[in-house]
Amino acid sequence: MNYIEDLQKRVGTIKKGGHSKYHQKNEEKGKLFVRKRLELLFDEDMDIEDAFFANCMDEGLPSDGVVTGIGKVNGQDVCIMANDSTVKAGSWGKRTVEKIIRIQETAAKLEIPMLYLVDSAGARITDQVEMFPGRRGAGRIFHNQIKLSGRVPQVCLLFGPSAAGGAYIPAFCDIVVMVDGNASMYLGSPRMAEKVIGERVSLEEMGGANMHCSVSGVGDVLVKSEEEAISYTRSYLGYFPANFRNKPEASELKHVKEFEKSISDLIPENQNAPFNMYDFIKRIIDEDSFCEVKKTFAPELITGLARINGKSVGIIANQPRMKGGVLFPDSADKGAKFIQLCDSFNIPLLFLMDVPGFMIGTKVEQAGIIRHGAKMLAMMSEATVPKISVVVRKAYGAGLYAMAGPAFEPDASLALPTAQIAVMGPEAAVNAVYANKIAELPEEERSAFIKEKQEEYKDNIDIYRLASEMVVDAIVDPQDLREDLIKRYKIYEAKNITFTERKHGVYPV
Amino acid sequence: MTEIKASMAGSVWKITVAGGDKVESDQDVVILESMKMEIPIAAETDGTVKELKVAEGDFVNEGDVIAIIE
Repeated sequence: MNYIEDLQKRVGTIKKGGHSKYHQKNEEKGKLFVRKRLELLFDEDMDIEDAFFANCMDEGLPSDGVVTGIGKVNGQDVCIMANDSTVKAGSWGKRTVEKIIRIQETAAKLEIPMLYLVDSAGARITDQVEMFPGRRGAGRIFHNQIKLSGRVPQVCLLFGPSAAGGAYIPAFCDIVVMVDGNASMYLGSPRMAEKVIGERVSLEEMGGANMHCSVSGVGDVLVKSEEEAISYTRSYLGYFPANFRNKPEASELKHVKEFEKSISDLIPENQNAPFNMYDFIKRIIDEDSFCEVKKTFAPELITGLARINGKSVGIIANQPRMKGGVLFPDSADKGAKFIQLCDSFNIPLLFLMDVPGFMIGTKVEQAGIIRHGAKMLAMMSEATVPKISVVVRKAYGAGLYAMAGPAFEPDASLALPTAQIAVMGPEAAVNAVYANKIAELPEEERSAFIKEKQEEYKDNIDIYRLASEMVVDAIVDPQDLREDLIKRYKIYEAKNITFTERKHGVYPV
Repeated sequence: MTEIKASMAGSVWKITVAGGDKVESDQDVVILESMKMEIPIAAETDGTVKELKVAEGDFVNEGDVIAIIE
């Protein structure tokens, strides 16, 4: 056999991955082979693959169970690492870890996005001294991720398990896309949990995709299939620049869908009645441009990327349809991370307010709602991208603050004519101020008194009065809101400020 | 059989179904009042209301079972 034939033969063998029985097992679970995943992810073939021959002296470990390389997504070069679960269940050996570290270093050098296609059982215990504790051991992967964070977009596509230490890869990504039924994250497996702490629990319940995307919030996007995970990621990346030095590219699509019902028709007269904020969002963004993040987690706050006149915008909106749009510890965390994400990559922010405030009561106080809420305020306050807040309906209490109220240097505080800004709503306020007086009054006079005081209160917080005091910069006809936002974002593009000078803040966590 | 649980603490303002009623997924079953807001609690699946666990005016905590759908 000549050299060329030998090379081709070796390449052919390695490209096939692990034993056919593992390929079959994956197929049964609806899992694609790692190279097929990459084919779907990239515009065309992967351009560069390095360390393809890693561990090639061991026939059972093709590429040492991970593919690393560079290819194009929407025309943009991105670095990838992709576990091959047909090779020792995608576990990490010494060279696996070194390959991941090297591709991260490349992403840092080139300042291009880094994607992690994870499907791995965790550390290869037989290799632990070489891959676990040292300077270029697995810990370095996380160190690199932390360093890359905010420099380049980092996305985790979770197709299978991400176990033990490996579960920190998703944790340090900007977002984690999880395939329902196959993806899981956990520090200790159910078997370990039973042995060590005596808990009997299923994998799905303890670390499944559904749980993480709706309860723990470690997952961000729940999808039904690997194809969907990949197409979501491709579209998500379209809202981002390659790195923090650049601005996202504008897209061509600039239409807004026509609706029979206008924005004014959507908003109920009664401040306390719910409406669907998604319907509002649809009426101000470009058609079909909403790319939601954390849809199934803390749904009382909507966070998602969208385009307004072709340009990327990060939307943070209260959802009165869910939990009254009240802010909870989870919603505050959700908002905090999304704001950081957009601010890191120069995506302007839009806050849509209809918020009765932060939740009160024993349960949320014990959960630390004050420190969780403080995170959202801190991130919102620090964001230096163009920042516009729109008071759609009510903005009560610290809800006004968390949603980029006037004190937090938004570029514009806009209000719709339906806006109501106050420490608390009329019902609560009258109760708080006149509780003793109401109790003293004869029963039959009470309701008239309360009504009168509520009307007085409403006049006191009238939105025109607040505009007269210059609390808001403008009261906008809902019909003109989109056009107003387009103009303002275009003008505010020139904004280039530093929040303050220091090493970094001491953040509430 | 699925349980419909309160999404947050509050008091039961209105019950919009009765035992034995057929409900569809996303249909409001109970409206809570909390933080001065109306909080609709919807069924997550199609089915029949087997049991209502609350009465109007009751206080419910987050996670309390409001109704059982079969």
